[in-house]
Amino acid sequence: MSLSADEIGIVLLSLKVALVSVACSLPVAVAFAYVLARFEFPGKILVDALVHLPLVLPPVVVGFALLVLFGKRGPIGAWLDQWFGIVFAFRWTGAALAAAIMGFPLMVRAIRLSFESLDRRLETVARTLGGSRIWVFVSVTLPLSLPGIVTGIVLSFARSLGEFGATITFVSNIPGETQTLPLAIYTYTQVPGADSQAWRLSALAVLLSIAALVAAEWIARRQPSPARNART
Amino acid sequence: MIAVDIEARQGAFRLEVAFRAEAPIVGLFGRSGAGKTSLVNALAGIARPQRGTIVVNGETLFDSARGIDVPPERRRLGYVFQDDLLFPHLDVEANLLYGFHRAPRAERVIEPGHVIELLGLGSLLERLPTALSGGEKQRVAIGRALLAQPRLLLMDEPLASLDVSRRDEVLRYIELLRDDLHIPIVYVSHSVAEITRLADTMVLLSEGKALAVGDVDAVMGRIDLRPQTGRYEAGAVIDAVVAAHDVDYGLTTLHFDGGEIIVPNVEALVGERVRVRIRARDVSIALARPEGLSIVNVLEGSIAAITADGAPIVELQLRVGAAMLQARITRRSRDELRLSEGQRVYALIKAISIDRRSVGYA
Repeated sequence: MSLSADEIGIVLLSLKVALVSVACSLPVAVAFAYVLARFEFPGKILVDALVHLPLVLPPVVVGFALLVLFGKRGPIGAWLDQWFGIVFAFRWTGAALAAAIMGFPLMVRAIRLSFESLDRRLETVARTLGGSRIWVFVSVTLPLSLPGIVTGIVLSFARSLGEFGATITFVSNIPGETQTLPLAIYTYTQVPGADSQAWRLSALAVLLSIAALVAAEWIARRQPSPARNART
Repeated sequence: MIAVDIEARQGAFRLEVAFRAEAPIVGLFGRSGAGKTSLVNALAGIARPQRGTIVVNGETLFDSARGIDVPPERRRLGYVFQDDLLFPHLDVEANLLYGFHRAPRAERVIEPGHVIELLGLGSLLERLPTALSGGEKQRVAIGRALLAQPRLLLMDEPLASLDVSRRDEVLRYIELLRDDLHIPIVYVSHSVAEITRLADTMVLLSEGKALAVGDVDAVMGRIDLRPQTGRYEAGAVIDAVVAAHDVDYGLTTLHFDGGEIIVPNVEALVGERVRVRIRARDVSIALARPEGLSIVNVLEGSIAAITADGAPIVELQLRVGAAMLQARITRRSRDELRLSEGQRVYALIKAISIDRRSVGYA
């Protein structure tokens, strides 16, 4: 099937939103995962709950909260606009922000799990061998947690591609600006006689998801797995 | 030189240790739960004691009163753990060089090429840790610690996760690096055999306290410490020189200050110094030189001390020349032979009771 210019635009926009949301949330998620996995501090439960909130709240509520906070007149939105000229409201960047927030708990969970399952004595050895905390994190903790980080990226990417509720509430459904794949499919289902377009876009969504899964599997297989290199 | 005076609490366990030790190899000996690992972790800077001081080679690493707590990466103490803990994502070469690259350039005295040759790692460099045997892994771990240019090597039960046949291999390498690189070692073990074979000075830990500090043969020889040093394994340690090999029978004659003893083949050259451990339970006593006996080692000496309590088993200390031997016999034998201090007796030792693990390079 050949794609129309509109369809290509929708797919590219969706990919852009998902990639930017993953790229921007990854460092933050790694930091949160590390702090939650390694440190005990007062209020840890609160931080943990806050991170998980998007997972349990109705997405519309998240979108509404974003609208209130990051809207043109919202406290954060107005400030960002005034000082940095960054605007989220009704822009594709807003869609990326909504996707990042919704995918954040999935990303943090996967990465935190791999930090927690790491044999911490390996980090201790690295310290006794002269590695500073930061160097040990970069040279031992991160590479050994790579499978969890890849999982986190894939989950959050998939979640971003499928984001609907928070996005439509926060940045509305503007073709060419905020109309990602799910929003476009929804739009077609609301128009009488546009079923075939909805079908085509749905098929595209399936293809994209499968491609993401295959890519993740390929990356995971490239990891030097201890089991595969074992001498028999 | 190590000077430790610390107090550390870990839940209900309380470590309160003070000692000074100066030797090529200091043995830290004690049953499991005695506080050996807690002490080594405090030395390495992994665990922070509540109070006290730790000084290694004249440098204060920890002093609670002065607020000094040098972080582990700047203590420069190589730590070899019970498990090898090699980095699974790095090959052998990258593992070896991990600490080397972190050491200041001017202080890189121990060369990778030298360590690789010394520990026989040349053919393993490109392998991942999972493709190594237990002994090979531990050798790489030792090499990795050495290449970080440590001032002192901490070894916490480095043989514990190896099977018996591999232990000897690693022990030989530890002796080699002691003689070749002259790095002081703190060797932690609950094995009398390993401590007596390797260590010069030992610290006996029990329930978080240092019960005794001193020369290995002196501490091992103390009858009052038997509950800690273990009755089964207790014995004397003798410094000897290889005098001759009997290739035909596969025996080696060793010279020591009290005479000669014959043991199963020792892999050492004539003239090399070795250290032999003779367990007290392997030594029998005779009043006259026996005839028609399969036991090849008959040593004349005198009883230096004898326990006099009512226990069914009696401990004897025997002076044989300048060396001290120990024997364990039943109280009944003591009474029937009417043994007393100062008496001339013959110590009988079966050659095969001194196995290869009992002989080490001095």
